[in-house]
Amino acid sequence: MATEALAAPATTPAGPSRRRRGGTRGNENLAGWLFVAPVVVILGLFLLLPILMALWVSLTDWNGQGSPFTRDVPFVGTENYTRLFTEDGLDRRDFMTSIRNNIYYVGIVVPAQTVLALGLALVVNNRMLKGKSFFRSAFYFPSVTSSVAISVVFLFLFANSGAVNRLLGLFGIDGPQWFADSRGVLHLLLGAVGVDDPPAALTGGGPFGLSWWDWLSGPSVAMVSIITLVVWTTSGTFMLMFLAALQNVPVALDEASTLDGASRWQRFRHVTLPLIKPTTFLVVTLGLIGSWQVFDQVYVMSQGDPAKTTLTPAYLSYRTAFRDFDYGSGAAISFVLFLIIIVLTLIQRRIMADRDPVGRRRRWWRRRAPEGS
Amino acid sequence: MAVLTDRPPVAVPAPRRRRDPRALVSRILGYAVLVFFGLVFLYPFVIQLGNSFKTEPDAAANPLSPIPDPVSLAGFERIFAGTNFPLWLGNSLLVTVLVTVGRVFFDSLAGYALARLRFRGRAGLFAAVVAVMAVPPVVLLIPKFLVLNQLGIYNSYTGLIVPLLADAAGIFIMKQFFESIPVSVEEAARIDGASVFRTFWSVVLPMAKPALITLTILSFQGSWNEFPHSLVAVQDPDLFTLPRGLADLVSGSLGKGSQYPLKLGAALLATIPVAVLFVVFQRYFVRDANDGSDKG
Repeated sequence: MATEALAAPATTPAGPSRRRRGGTRGNENLAGWLFVAPVVVILGLFLLLPILMALWVSLTDWNGQGSPFTRDVPFVGTENYTRLFTEDGLDRRDFMTSIRNNIYYVGIVVPAQTVLALGLALVVNNRMLKGKSFFRSAFYFPSVTSSVAISVVFLFLFANSGAVNRLLGLFGIDGPQWFADSRGVLHLLLGAVGVDDPPAALTGGGPFGLSWWDWLSGPSVAMVSIITLVVWTTSGTFMLMFLAALQNVPVALDEASTLDGASRWQRFRHVTLPLIKPTTFLVVTLGLIGSWQVFDQVYVMSQGDPAKTTLTPAYLSYRTAFRDFDYGSGAAISFVLFLIIIVLTLIQRRIMADRDPVGRRRRWWRRRAPEGS
Repeated sequence: MAVLTDRPPVAVPAPRRRRDPRALVSRILGYAVLVFFGLVFLYPFVIQLGNSFKTEPDAAANPLSPIPDPVSLAGFERIFAGTNFPLWLGNSLLVTVLVTVGRVFFDSLAGYALARLRFRGRAGLFAAVVAVMAVPPVVLLIPKFLVLNQLGIYNSYTGLIVPLLADAAGIFIMKQFFESIPVSVEEAARIDGASVFRTFWSVVLPMAKPALITLTILSFQGSWNEFPHSLVAVQDPDLFTLPRGLADLVSGSLGKGSQYPLKLGAALLATIPVAVLFVVFQRYFVRDANDGSDKG
C-alpha cells in the first residue's frame, strides 16, 4: 500500500510534462545543441582531435619541422613502439629506467599517502578534540597551492645544507646531498648489510635490457625527496575524502561495538574499515592514476637527473619530443603511459567489484586525481 | 541487570569521561599528533616566508630559522627589477580571468543542457564528457602541441587560453547541481513564454549560485596554477605565465647559483592569491573534494 501511495503522485505530474516537452522537442533539440556547442568544439578540438593526431604522429618519424600530416614525413609503422620494448638501445634503456623509477615511486607514494590521509582523517574526526577545523585546513592547504611554487620551496628544504639536513643534523644524522644522489635506496640498504657489489647472478641480463641489479635499485635518494613532496601535497585531498566517509559511519554502530567490549583497534579494523572500503578503493585508484602522471615536480626539481633516476614516462615523453625533437617516440611513450593508467584502473575495479558486489561502480570517475601527484 | 547498569558509563559521550585517565592520555596524544602534523604541513610555508626576507648568506647559513636577521628586501627588489615577474603576473591574471569566465559560462550552459534539455545525442555526449574526465592530462602534452601547431595558434595568447575554456569536470559539477533544482520553477517560466536561454539565464542560473561559486573558485585555482599547458602552448618568454616563469627561474639560465630568497619570494607571491581564496572560501574547496559523497 505504502509504495503505491508513494508511486502515484510521482507518475501523475510526469505524464503531462512529458507531453508538453513533446510539443517543443524540435525547439529543445536545437537549443540543446546550441548550449553544448562551445564545449563540444573546445573539447573536441583540443582533446579528442589531438589524441588522434598524436596517434598518427606516433607512427611516424616527425622531427617537428613543418606539418606532420604531409607525404614528406616518413611513416615508420609501429617501430616507435617496438623500439621501446624489443630493440636493445638507449631508447629502451631510458624508457625502462623511467618505468622502473615510476614503479618505485607509485609503490611508495600510493600506500604512504593513503595511510597518512586515513590517519589524519581519523585524528581530525575525533569528537574529543577541539580546533579540528583549523588543522583540517592546514593539512589540506598544500593540495591547493601551485605544484611549481611548492617544488621551489622543497628544492630549498632539500638543498645540501638546507632545512631537512639541518633537522637531521639535530638528531646526529648526516643527511645526503638529496638532488645529487643517484644511489638507489635498496642498494643502500643492501650496502648497509655488507652487499656492496652486485652478486654475479644479478648483473646479467634482466628483462628489457636492464640488469636485475638495476631493476632492484629501489628509488634513488633524489626520488625520495620528490616522493616526500608528493605525499605531503596530496594527503590533504585524500584526507577530506576519508573524512567525508568517516562522518557517514553511524555513531550508534561505534557505540554498540564499544558496548560489546571491542577495543579501539578492533572497532577500527572490523567496523570502521569495512564501512569506508569504497572510499579507500577510490583513494587508492585515484592515487594510482595520479602517481603515474608525475611531471611538474620532476620538471622543476630534477629534470630526470641525477643519472636518470628521477626520469618518469611522463617526463621522458616530454623530453623526447621537445628536447630531442623525436615527436614520434615521445607520442609513443605517451600512449604506453595512457595504456598503463587505463589497465591499472580496470584491474583495480575488477578486484574491488569481485570483493564487494555492491560497490560504488558509478563513483570512481567522478573525482579527478590531484594533478601531478 | 547488574551487568547492564555497569556498562552504560562506557558509552556515555566524551565530556563526562574527562576524569578517566585513559581518555585524558588519548586526548593529549590526539593533540600531540595534530600539532606535529600541523607543523609538518605548515612549517615549510613559514620557512618560505622567513627565508624570502633574508639575505642570501643568512638563508644559506640558517635555513631552518623562520626569522630573518637582518630583514632584507633585496630578494623582492630583484624579483621586480631583475626578472620578468611583472610580465608573468600580468599574463597569469589575463589567462586566469578569461579562463574562469569562460569555464563558468560554457560549463553551466553545457551542464544545463545535459541536465534538462532533451536533445538527440544527449546520452552519448554525457558519456563522452565522462570519458574525457578519465583522460590523464599529462598524456595530452604532445597531442596539444600538435593541434596548436597545426591550427597556427602555437605561441600565442589564443593557444594559451582557448583550450582551457571548458573542462569536463566543471560540466559534470554543473549538471549534477542543475539536476538537484526542482523542475517546476523553470516550467512556470517556460509556460509564460520565456525562451530556453532566457529561462536558463534569469531563472535557473541565479538559483545555482553555490555551484557557480564552487566552479569559479576551482577554475581560478586550476588556471592560476596551470603549468603543463603553458609548457606546450607557448615558447616566447613574453607569453610566460607565473608557474612557467617560476619554473624557468629555477631550472633555466637564471637558476644558476642559489638565489634562494629571490626564488622563495617569487614562489610566495605566486601562492598568495590562491591562499587568500582558500582562506576566504574554504568551505567551497572542501565541498568540492567531498562532492561525490554528498550527491551520491
